[in-house]
Amino acid sequence: MPPTAPAERDLRLDLFRGLALWLIFLDHIPSNVVNWITIRNYGFSDAAEIFVFISGYTAAFVYGRAMRERGAVVASARILRRAWQVYVAHVFIFVIFMAELAYLTRSIDNPLYNEEMGALDFLKEPGETLIQALLLKFKPVFMDVLPLYIVLLLGFPPVLWLLLRAPTIALAASAVLYTLAWDQGWNLPSYPTGLWYFNPLAWQLIFVFGAWCGVGGTTWMRPFLRSRVALGLAVAYLLFAFLVVMTWYFPRYAVYIPKAMQDWMYPIDKTNMDVLRFVHFLALALVTVRFVPVDWPWLKSPLLKPMILCGQHSLEIFCLGIFLSFLGQFVTAEISRSIGMQILISALGILAMIAVAALIAWYKEVEGRGAGPRSRPPDADLAGGAA
Amino acid sequence: MKAVAGALLCAGAILGTLAPALAAPVASEEACAVAAQLVQADAGLAKAAAAIANTHALTIVIAGTTSSTLPGAQGAALAYPARLELALRAKLPDVTVKVVPYAAPRRTAADMAQTFPAILKNDKPALVIWQTGTYDAMQGIAPEEFQGTLEQAVETLRDGGADTILMNMQYSPRTDAVLASQAYAEAIRWVALEGGINLFDRQAVMRHWGELGTFDLMAVTKSLDTAAQVHDCIGKLLADLIIQALKMSETESRETK
Repeated sequence: MPPTAPAERDLRLDLFRGLALWLIFLDHIPSNVVNWITIRNYGFSDAAEIFVFISGYTAAFVYGRAMRERGAVVASARILRRAWQVYVAHVFIFVIFMAELAYLTRSIDNPLYNEEMGALDFLKEPGETLIQALLLKFKPVFMDVLPLYIVLLLGFPPVLWLLLRAPTIALAASAVLYTLAWDQGWNLPSYPTGLWYFNPLAWQLIFVFGAWCGVGGTTWMRPFLRSRVALGLAVAYLLFAFLVVMTWYFPRYAVYIPKAMQDWMYPIDKTNMDVLRFVHFLALALVTVRFVPVDWPWLKSPLLKPMILCGQHSLEIFCLGIFLSFLGQFVTAEISRSIGMQILISALGILAMIAVAALIAWYKEVEGRGAGPRSRPPDADLAGGAA
Repeated sequence: MKAVAGALLCAGAILGTLAPALAAPVASEEACAVAAQLVQADAGLAKAAAAIANTHALTIVIAGTTSSTLPGAQGAALAYPARLELALRAKLPDVTVKVVPYAAPRRTAADMAQTFPAILKNDKPALVIWQTGTYDAMQGIAPEEFQGTLEQAVETLRDGGADTILMNMQYSPRTDAVLASQAYAEAIRWVALEGGINLFDRQAVMRHWGELGTFDLMAVTKSLDTAAQVHDCIGKLLADLIIQALKMSETESRETK
């Protein structure tokens, strides 16, 4: 018998997903000084891993319970309904993006930028672009995460079914698929050319690993999570990654990394979620779980409440973050690029995310769909809203 | 001899139908110099220095895409390859400087790398300036793959007897939102560093101009004026970089002797 999943929602998931959403927002404004605080500058993995892992964890937690209580068909229907919601959100964001481009095409006419204007060529064939966008093949810059999430959810019902019966086999199958995709170069095609920026066949590993933890894998890992040796290894690896990443910014130290090691290590591929990134995320997670226990008093602190709120309404806040980063790019390009403006935009963006998350929480509460586990209605909406 | 050529050039320009347009493009030295501190040679140009020492000639090939050109009948004369040639001839009066531009639209780094063996054979350049990255970003070529292509091609050029200077993409404030070029700029920087070759950081130079208002890079215009001034400065700064790097090579070879 697989161990039973934890009964209470773990606030740490909301906290770190909220954090990931903030970091994704900041990272999506190019040349923003505030980017310097985001984790991708200090190690191999970044907010994307956190987001996908926690999404897998919560999906398994919420729909796993539905599958146990109501059966596979009902749970699958809820998962697919969630995938549909994410799809609609993606299309909505896409429309906003196209509106921004419609403005850009008029404002970029300059012979100096004849080549760069080619990046807008797809507007010459709006019909084709629209079809390809609806097929998730055309994905504008920074709009790659939701399509990944949609594909992961579409494939999730059988994975969850297996996870509830034979979690180890499900996780092993996921690892095999990851290895095959890496070895064979499998990925989905993009329009007009190229492949998916987040290869779903590779990134599914971290989603399924999250789901595996969500159905009780953490119980199995407890001795490992508590081991001092594991902690030491994780800290050592994080330190190693930090030093390697520092040589990217201070290239004169790059000579201290032996050539053979560079050849083995590089490139550290994001598209296929390089194993160095995955291990980096695991190390980060292990250290985090160690120092932020589930009953960590700060989780109840009003200081962290905004981050938790954002994490609890992740789809809405994610979309808002994408929109705000478009807006931020626009303001930095058109009005001012000063450091003060960059900081102001970053701060206002995060405040807007918090405000909207609070508004959604308030609305759900007055509508009688409070976030407390006891009052949760049987319909999938909150499950969806939370996953 | 040179005076005659100069006079002919001037006459040609005045006779040209676009004479008024040509009056503007030459950027002031100060405008170019604003960004001079961003253009520093990190390595010598051993092969170019040897070619100059042995043959008193320097053939430079520029491999690039549309952003190495300007449109219109005068485009070729106004674009930075021609401006570089002029600037270098002034700085190296005893050397026969020839700049051969190979710029064509819609070419990835891999497309250009394929043409290198033929270029090495036909033009025998001692220096190749390779402008790349923009089209790869547009096509969504994996940055890792892009980097691998650069690394290999730089070796091909080295084996074929040419030094390389890499040039990254233009700074283009309005297309940031549609063109994620940062990963490609980083790959170019990395390859330059790893291979011990020079990088002409066009992006940083143009960003600097944009931020200081040296050139208005946000203007909506059909006029070539600003574009031509930008290219003129890029040509001049490239010439400065080459001269600096050649000096480094001279010092190095003197030290080894």
